[in-house]
Amino acid sequence: MLHLKDAISFQGNFRMQANVEISGRVTALLGPSGVGKSTLLNMIAGFVPLSSGGITWHGRTISDLPAHRRPVAMIFQDNNLFPHLTVAANLDLAFGQEKALQDRQDQIKTVLDRVDLTGFESRKPASLSGGQQARVAIARVILQNRPLMLLDEAFAALGPALKRDMLHLVNKISTEEKMQVIMISHDPADARLIAQDAMAVLDGIANPPLPVDTLLSNPPQKLAAYLGI
Amino acid sequence: MAPRPVELSTSLIVAGVVMIPVATVLWYGGGPARLTPADWSALWFTIWQALLSAALSVTLATPIARALSRRAFLGRATLITLMGAPFILPVIVAILGLLAVFGGNGIVNRLFTPLGLPRLDIYGYHGVILAHVFFNLPLAVRMILQGWLALPAERFRLAASLGKPVWRVLEAPMLWRVLPGAFAVIFIICIGSFAVALTLGGGPKATTVELAIYQAFRFDFDLGKAATLAIVQLCLGLSAGFAALKLTHQTGFGTGLDRQVQRWDGQATHAKILDVLWILVGTLFLVTPLLAIASAGFTGLVYLPAEVWLAAIRSLSMALATTLLTIGLSWSLLHRGGEVASLLGISVSGLVLGTGMFLLFQPIVRPAAIALPVTVMINALMALPFVLRILAPAARDARQDFGHLADMLSLSGFAQFRIVYLPRLRRPLGFAAGLTAALSMGDLGVIALFSDGQNATLPLQVYRLMNSYQIETARAAALLLLMLSLGLFWLCDKGGRMRVAS
Repeated sequence: MLHLKDAISFQGNFRMQANVEISGRVTALLGPSGVGKSTLLNMIAGFVPLSSGGITWHGRTISDLPAHRRPVAMIFQDNNLFPHLTVAANLDLAFGQEKALQDRQDQIKTVLDRVDLTGFESRKPASLSGGQQARVAIARVILQNRPLMLLDEAFAALGPALKRDMLHLVNKISTEEKMQVIMISHDPADARLIAQDAMAVLDGIANPPLPVDTLLSNPPQKLAAYLGI
Repeated sequence: MAPRPVELSTSLIVAGVVMIPVATVLWYGGGPARLTPADWSALWFTIWQALLSAALSVTLATPIARALSRRAFLGRATLITLMGAPFILPVIVAILGLLAVFGGNGIVNRLFTPLGLPRLDIYGYHGVILAHVFFNLPLAVRMILQGWLALPAERFRLAASLGKPVWRVLEAPMLWRVLPGAFAVIFIICIGSFAVALTLGGGPKATTVELAIYQAFRFDFDLGKAATLAIVQLCLGLSAGFAALKLTHQTGFGTGLDRQVQRWDGQATHAKILDVLWILVGTLFLVTPLLAIASAGFTGLVYLPAEVWLAAIRSLSMALATTLLTIGLSWSLLHRGGEVASLLGISVSGLVLGTGMFLLFQPIVRPAAIALPVTVMINALMALPFVLRILAPAARDARQDFGHLADMLSLSGFAQFRIVYLPRLRRPLGFAAGLTAALSMGDLGVIALFSDGQNATLPLQVYRLMNSYQIETARAAALLLLMLSLGLFWLCDKGGRMRVAS
């Protein structure tokens, strides 16, 4: 369970404020562009500093940790893979230095099987389709083995069918690995597809999560205007 | 990137290497009261020739850049690449090339004097300006072309669909942004011109401040006067430098200039003819002197005396040392403060720094004994701002694209350098290294102050041959210099492009 306690962050003149507990297995962040959804994820991931307040994960404060020490694995909208490295080398970055080489290779092979990319080890990202690249990013999240997965419009560039596949894959991984997922999406259908909870993020304020159907059937006025319902 | 201790200390060292010689110059130099009328006229000449050279370059470059931006033809990409060549062209080579075309027995005079036109004399202020335009016109074309190509194709489509004149809605605003920067950069280059003034100028009407410094050294051995003039040059360079810093947003060394935007304007026949003419004139002006030196020097290559080859080897090793030093320094200077520190180096001219170091070391060692290390150091300082300008955007992009990913994967220190930066920066690194090597190879500046004849670099050797009227040997040596400079550039640049992932 993730708890943001009066967490406030400033990005220039923009102020993002969150005082919420997020505990659903999959939680969707909904809201118009520029209201702070990405800022909120970046606060959780440790990419933007808090000016006050704190963030805890199962009671343990994480907001004073650097990004790579937090219990977080994130998939960005783009640039999830280093273009000059092979799939295997990209995945290998998920490990610390202590693991043995053979062990790492085995794990990479297994994880590629799990995301339907068997035998893709030596391919470069440029030779993969958008969907395959997304699968590699998901595979790395599995290898990173962190309890919290953040998706920052991770599949926005994919077509509808492909996006649905990826969300199902995320859902499956989240169940199997017992990972909590927080995802930003522009499409309420994404939330309906895999999320239990949804949060309205409006004008720099994160509202507490509600069950997806509750929020979508009775959205705040600004969210309704954005969603066109 | 946030400044780290190592970056800060490198900044301080770079600043110190500039400031200590400058302080020495100031201490020796006395006040402006010591300026003679000849010095004042040098100052005046320096300013007006730079203004005129910059104005001419930018004015002539604009139609050429426009023609290049909107016409597709065979060899267009090659021509644009070639436009980058004068920047790395050794000045002395270009001078010999210009002499072969515009000189007393040059092509132009041989063509036009029989027709009753007055003889063209390249020596004097017009020669200096001609040479400056030769060097800077292509640079201006590239900078302005970059402005044109930065206009998104969609805007042209929009303008076409609205029936709006492209000139008014797109091109004029773009030029308004780009031209002042281009002008300022060229002005600053011409302010610090030494080798051109040394070879083509001179006399009361065509002596730049830099040349006056050199003359105070070599002819009068008046160190106090050299220092006073160095102060004048310092003020001139710094004010021009800060003006340029305010006015420039881009450098013109960027890659990707071979892109061509689909255009709907300029389809009228007269527009096409005009564009072709501009491209033709620009190409001829650029290429003829180079071809002249290549053809004139070719036969002499085999008869080059041993001292030319020795000078070539000396220059090659210095170019290598300068490149390593510059790239090493630049790595730890890739932040804003570093850029300012490095700009110090270019605003203070090489001759000013050289004067300072001469004054500093002169009581301790024989200046000729340290000529080569001092030249390497000063050339590295001179190349540093360019190198940083080339590397900084790529480093920033790498940071922007992969910084969060690298943080999340806890890549830091050497791993971050190896995985995030090095592969992303290989191309600009190769390009920057090539630029530095070529610049250093062709430099004819500080070495002229320090050298005593035993340790001449190749450019200096060419100058000496030219001065002693061994014009055939000078041309052959110049061709050798040209091949070495371009070869070094090509090698480094190629190295950066090999097996690069997209």
